[in-house]
Order: sequence, then C-alpha cells, then structure tokens
Amino acid sequence: MAFETKNVEKNQLAAEVQALKNGGQRLLTMTCVDLGESFDLLYHFDLDLQMTHLRLTVPKGESVPSISGIYFAALVIENETQDLFGIKFEGLALDFGGHFYLEEEVKKYPFCKVTVGKTEKAGEGA
Amino acid sequence: MGFFQELLHKSRMKSPWLIHFDCGSCNGCDIEVLACLTPVYDVERFGVLNIGNPKHADILVVSGTVNPRNAKVLKNIYDQMPEPKAVIAIGACGTSGGVFREAYNVLGGVDKVIPVDVYVPGCPSKPEAIIDGVVLALEKLKVRKPEKDTEPLVADLKKAREFYENREERQVTG
Amino acid sequence: MATIVPFGPQHPVLPEPLHLRLVLEDEIVKEALPTLGYVHRGLETLASIRDMDQMVQIVERVCGICSCIHAHTYCMCIEGLMGIEVPKRADYLRVIWSELHRMHSHLLWLGLLADAFGMESMFMHAWRIRERVMDVLEATAGNRVIISVNKIGGVRRDMSPDQLRWVLQVADELEKELDLIKPVLTNDYSVKKRTVGVGVLTYQQAYELGAAGPQLRGSGVAQDIRMTGYGAYKYIDFAPVVEKDGDSWARTMVRFRELYQSIDIVRQLVSSIPDGELAAKVKGKPMGEIACRSEQPRGELMYYVKATGDKYLDRVRIRTPTFANVPPLLVMLPGCEMADVPIIALSIDPCISCTER
Repeated sequence: MAFETKNVEKNQLAAEVQALKNGGQRLLTMTCVDLGESFDLLYHFDLDLQMTHLRLTVPKGESVPSISGIYFAALVIENETQDLFGIKFEGLALDFGGHFYLEEEVKKYPFCKVTVGKTEKAGEGA
Repeated sequence: MGFFQELLHKSRMKSPWLIHFDCGSCNGCDIEVLACLTPVYDVERFGVLNIGNPKHADILVVSGTVNPRNAKVLKNIYDQMPEPKAVIAIGACGTSGGVFREAYNVLGGVDKVIPVDVYVPGCPSKPEAIIDGVVLALEKLKVRKPEKDTEPLVADLKKAREFYENREERQVTG
Repeated sequence: MATIVPFGPQHPVLPEPLHLRLVLEDEIVKEALPTLGYVHRGLETLASIRDMDQMVQIVERVCGICSCIHAHTYCMCIEGLMGIEVPKRADYLRVIWSELHRMHSHLLWLGLLADAFGMESMFMHAWRIRERVMDVLEATAGNRVIISVNKIGGVRRDMSPDQLRWVLQVADELEKELDLIKPVLTNDYSVKKRTVGVGVLTYQQAYELGAAGPQLRGSGVAQDIRMTGYGAYKYIDFAPVVEKDGDSWARTMVRFRELYQSIDIVRQLVSSIPDGELAAKVKGKPMGEIACRSEQPRGELMYYVKATGDKYLDRVRIRTPTFANVPPLLVMLPGCEMADVPIIALSIDPCISCTER
C-alpha cells in the first residue's frame, strides 16, 4: 500500500482544497506531524473509497490558512491541532483559543516533541 | 440518633442509590457498570438504582482516569452528594491511571481528587466485581451513621429559600 | 431573549461526558457549541514511550466498545509498513471478532437510545440479547470487553471447531431474538413519534460535513469501508445498508439492519474459515508512512502511522468516527426542541472517549 502525497504551498492550499471539493472529495481529517524544525500538515481526502493526501510543510511559528471556510468539518480538526501543536490557523470559523481540549494548567502544545518523555529520557541517558 | 434517622439509615443500606460518572474512561468500565443493571446481573434485586442526580445518590461510582478538566466536574458532583456517601473507583484507570498513567493529560486515579472507599480492579472490571465493590461500599456506609447534630431541617430550608431568591443573579443569558 | 443551557457533562441519558452549550430561544435550540476534553488523555503521545507491540494494548483502550477494530487497524498499518502477509485464518478470526464487537455495540446503542426516550423494557431486552455476544467474547477471547486478540502479524488465540459451532448457534439465537424485538421497534407509535423527522441530515450535508458510518448511510450515501476488502471482507459478499431519510429513525434502522448483516457475515466466515497458521513472524522495525482505514460500528476509522525505523513510532494519528460526526451534530441541533437534544445526540452513537483519545 503506497502512501503518495501531493506537496502544496501555503498560498495554493485554499485553491487546491477547493478544487478537491469541487471534484466531490470528502474531507477525512488532517494530521500534524512534528518534524523538529517544521510541521507537516497532511490533509486526507476520500472519494469512492480511494484516499488522496495533500502535504503542506510549514516552519514552526508560522500560521496556516484555515480551510474551515471550505469544509465546515475542518473546524474541530483545526481547533484540535491548535491545542495540541500550537499552530495558528487564520480565519478559523470558530476559535476556541487553545482551550478546546486542554485546561489552562496543562502544559502548552503537548504533542510537540520537546515535551514528551522520549527526548527527556534520552537526555538523562547521555 | 432518633428513631426516624435510624430508620432512614437502615433503609439506605437496603436500597443504595448510585450515580455513575465517567471520568476519562475508555467506555469499557462504563458499559460494565450499565451491564450490572440489565437482566443478566440485575442489581435492582438488591435495591440498587442508577440515577442521574447527585443529590439523590448515596454511592458515587467513578470510572476512568482524572484529567484537569473533568477533575472539577468530579469534585463538584462529589460535593453535591448528601452525607453519608461512599466512592467506588472502577477499573485499573480509576484506581491508578492504568495504561494511561504516563500520558500528559492524566493526573492519575480518582483518589487524586476525592477520597475513595473501594477500589475495583480489572481492565475493564467485570460486572460481578462491580457488584462486589458496591457491597463493600455498603459496609463502609453502615458505620458512617449521620451525627445527631446534623444541620437541622429549618436551616436547610432557609438555604433553599435564599438560593431561590438569588436565582436572577445566577442566570446566564446572552 | 436567548438562554444558554448547559447539556452535560454529567447527564442522566449520557453514559459519557459530552458537554454542549445550547443557546435556546424558548424551547427551540438556536445554536449548539461543544466543549470537548473531559476524556482527553493524550494517548497518541504514548507512542513515544511504548514500543510498537505495546501500542496494540494502548490503542485498544482508545475505545472499550470497539477495541478489537482499533487494534486490527493499527496492526494493518504496521503490517503494511513491514510488508507482512497475515495468515488467512488470522484474517478470518480478526473479522469474526470484529463483527461480534459490531453486534454488541449496536445492541448497546439500541438500549441506550430506548432508555433516552423512556422505553425501559427495550433497554433491558437489547442488553439481555447483548449478553449472549459478551458470553461468546468471554469464552473465545478470555475477556468481556477488551479482548486483546490482535497482535502484529496475526492473532493470539484460536477458536476451536466446537467454539465456531457455538458461534453459529448464538448467531441463530440472536436472529430469533432480533425478530422478536423488531416489531416492537418498528410498529411502536411512541418510538416513531420521537425519531421520525428528528435531526434530519440531508445527503448533501452528510457528504460535505464528512459524516461517517451509519450517520452517512442513514442519509443515503452508500459508503462502507468494509467494501474496500480489508481483512477477510474480500472473501465474502455483502452490500452496505442504506436508508434515505437522514433522520434519527433512518439511523436507527441502519444500525438495526446492520445487526442482521453482521450475523450473515459471521455465518459466511465461520462456514468457510480455512485451517492454518495464526500469526506470521515479525522481524525488524517498520519504516515509512501509511494510512489505513476500517469500518467501526460508529463509522470509518483511520490510522496514520509514521515510523522511522526506530524502536518507537514517530507519530500515530487516530481519526475516529465520532470525531467526524461532531460537525453534523452541530448542524442538526439548531432548530430542534430542547427535549429532542438527547435523542439527536444519541442518534449519532457518540463515543466521546474515541473522539478525544
């Protein structure tokens, strides 16, 4: 099972997603992967049981255009990503401001690699 | 303790009412708690009722791990329950955090927030174990007789009246 | 004047902490805002401290109701990355257990829905029937709810010929029991009164909002990930169950008919199960990216796994069906009456621990 993605740039994202929507694609979800210096945002679409993937790579600290204007369902996904990774989405239809999942006392952006146990453990061993 | 209170206490032992709160469990324990109510296990034959209102409940059954968001809800429900009360933590997650104990949004077991009387192990706990846990909790409740100088009824009624009179301040409108 | 009424997180009809802020005008819901996070544990991050075999047990606990299917999909991802061919018998056994999970999940949901509109007797009957399935799970896998039969490369346990015969027998009994409660469900005036025309989701809305599973099929979209033929689904024939109306009644009927479909699938599988190995040998570490999908009782489940050849996986992303069904819920609620909110919320078969992971 090959995993093929199509790379897109930030300014093309809305146009690409709109084109996919016009083609009858259903938004499945979005995945965010921490690459260290940047984030990979993978958009997964589905049409007739076939998946299509878009890949958008953004450096840390940059904001990303929201696609919740095109797919309303992207709202919850983008709010989740904002909570867990701290990526800002421009034009989010309903912004929970990073408290969709997490309370204030929980550490910020827990899914970023610097905060999880593996790197801490590796540091102890060295 | 007066005759009336003695009677109340006795009848409470014969028919404890439970409130169930799912506090970050994977649903495994929740459905086992519900399965206790159904014909195969049927806890209603012991007079046990599952109800949705904390103010009616004697025993709080909690399943799952505690996280900062639901800890507030859990504390709130516990505080609303009338004395005497008992708490049962269900499942590996409820007792210690289970497989999730190292996840970042998990504080640990239920005992991090409220005092727990009975721990029921298992992932998920079997209905038989949950029923056994309820019976153990009843024994704890038995010795927690209400004191003689509990808040008199008049004071309670006064409090309720004040609560009613302040209703407009509490109303959330938008 | 609009009033905001909080619904949940502790609510008599909800077994789980779902919180909705309902903006009401008189009795009519104008807007619904969800607050999630009461069950959020962050278990995807556990991939960085648990190795890939231990993660099977973690992903099973994403949701206790459909645990077998979570583990199956996760194993499919790792097997896909490492190029492992799963033995045919293991594929069959995985799907038999998955379908048993689907049956118990749908019966559980039917009971909860009946409880929500006050039909206590239906709740009791649905859960009584469900206990038959639980008995099978306990006898064949050793535990009632989280059965842990999947491992990377195959399954841990076998079913003996006696047990397989028993599964068939239970399937027959289930069908008889379902035939008995079917007229109660379909002919009852009060059930129809509470569900027909309540929470309508049109074909277009369901498709665009990315609804999943019975929610989508109840609106007339014939999408069932089992049709892609993962696991042993490629060896049997079945067609997705579709209803046209898109209301709570249609979703109820989709799930009810899927019970019969599951019984049929189990029969087909048990009658043609081949002999052979239970698990393939696993060597080395996975590398690369993969996305796999499967059909849960609540809809389509997607796993994305990224591995770098390290002991630990780089990223595990779980997209669960209820997560996809939250936006349709927010669209269905405005315009309904306050008293219908529990019915509509339950008609999507919410699994909050799935949603928040």
